[in-house]
Amino acid sequence: MHFDVFDRYHDTGSFLHRLEPRVKVIVTVVFIFSNVFLPDGAWLAFGLSWLFVLFANALSNLGLAFTFKRSFIALPFALAAITVLFSIPGSPISTFHFLFWELTITDAGLLRFVSIVIRSWLSVQMAILLVATTRFPDIVHALEHLRVPAILTTIIAFLYRYLFVLVDEVFRLLRAREARSAAVTGLRSGGSVAWRAEVAGNMAGQLFLRSYERSDRVYNAMLARGYTGHLNTIYPHEMRRVDYVTIALTLLIILLFQLIGRI
Amino acid sequence: MHYAPAPLHIPDGFLNVTVSVICWVITVIVIGVAVSRTNKALGEKQVPLMGIMAAFIFAAQMINFPIAGGTSGHLLGGALAAIVLGPWAGMLVMTAVIAVQGLLFQDGGLLVMGANIFNMGLLTAAIGYGLYRSVMNKSTATKLAVAGVAAWLSVMAGALATALQLWLSGTSSLQAVTITMLSVHALIGIGEALITVAALSFIFRTRPDLLGEGSVSAESGRGWIIAGVVISLIVILLSPLASANPDGLERVATDLGFIDAGQAAPFNIIADYTVPFLGKTPLSTILAGILGAFIVIGIVVATGRTLQKKSS
Repeated sequence: MHFDVFDRYHDTGSFLHRLEPRVKVIVTVVFIFSNVFLPDGAWLAFGLSWLFVLFANALSNLGLAFTFKRSFIALPFALAAITVLFSIPGSPISTFHFLFWELTITDAGLLRFVSIVIRSWLSVQMAILLVATTRFPDIVHALEHLRVPAILTTIIAFLYRYLFVLVDEVFRLLRAREARSAAVTGLRSGGSVAWRAEVAGNMAGQLFLRSYERSDRVYNAMLARGYTGHLNTIYPHEMRRVDYVTIALTLLIILLFQLIGRI
Repeated sequence: MHYAPAPLHIPDGFLNVTVSVICWVITVIVIGVAVSRTNKALGEKQVPLMGIMAAFIFAAQMINFPIAGGTSGHLLGGALAAIVLGPWAGMLVMTAVIAVQGLLFQDGGLLVMGANIFNMGLLTAAIGYGLYRSVMNKSTATKLAVAGVAAWLSVMAGALATALQLWLSGTSSLQAVTITMLSVHALIGIGEALITVAALSFIFRTRPDLLGEGSVSAESGRGWIIAGVVISLIVILLSPLASANPDGLERVATDLGFIDAGQAAPFNIIADYTVPFLGKTPLSTILAGILGAFIVIGIVVATGRTLQKKSS
């Protein structure tokens, strides 16, 4: 079992952990929405949003390094935004040659690029906090409360439940391929790329059959235990007073960021 | 453990509010249809099956194969899921996969999840199933060949849609982003096609019964064929246009008001209004987008209905 590598939940028993999952999901989504809605170069509002993240982090007892280390996951995607440095008209900052292009960075372009990266960086940290402080089944349950169709949440719940089993299956398949892939250093080994892709495809087909057959057994076992088409949970999932206060306060604060960002 | 984020998952912050919301609306409508169709067509038994199939797609994305110089290819699975499970179920399965990737691994954002589901789940399923369905009664070799082409096209469709969304959000310049996305994914798509074909032929050899007519909802075949072909044609026609002649597309987008709506408007115009949160322009754009989506879907449904009547 390799569940530990996949589970992002870290129990520190903090205030944030005890908060109702619905509240955390809503606040995360609204916070991300607010980040994306802030105008380019709203530095004060971006800074305050960052403080908001830091404060949430402090409430979670996870430690600053926890989110900081993981917060750069979306950064490679910034490559997609790099062209705005040159494409938005504005006063030039610096010009340089790249291969056979002459590229000019404009101030408006730089402003936009930095704003995009900041928005993404802040949003990712909030999402990290959400999954680190909430068990995934609780998030799924919160989604159900928030009117996501039951069939979808049930699929997601099953996906999460059997992910670990099937990932183990993949590990076995990969290990089997590894074991049969002897290579002598210096000599070319392994077939053409197409052949390798075919092997990978066969493995995917094999995985499909194993998953399919497993789903049959799973369903029969569930039926034997009284499955009626609905997943039950032992947690009450009730909104307490502290949940209402928290959600009202945080939404007000986020609203304030928008006001500050637009002055 | 290697968990390789695929380059199609857009993180939060890279699409603006207008584009994100419009994509969410389209995605929610299509998924709503998928949910009601699947609820009607399937028994309770199918839900655990679909959940485990979603886990299968997720796990299958980890099966990689070395290409050259340390890079490796792996499956995305949208076309495969739709071919094996049927289009609506395939869409729901891909939605679950993308939702978990975004929620649990921050591979793809939350506000942009609508766009990610649309690009990687809905477009891929429509193309994959639509093209495959058009050769349903042909030989296995033809089916496999078409499945390969469909898998490649589905990746290209996702890449093109991603590029267009980035451009409409003012995150990238059109030509640069379409050329990069399409050329990178032309290669990724070949890997996708090879794996999809090999996986399907493996299933054909071992359990052909799983790919029989039984697993396919028989009624709406023609609508899917049309949808698959139309989306494929759009991809084939729009791709060279966007990469070779971006001015033309920018011109059209400007004339239609897309650019203004997509880019500067939410930030510049709102400041003049007393209510800072729902400035007239972005809200009306979003509403226009929603209305547009309804009209398109209405036309598609109406066309499907009339075609069905004709064929029956």
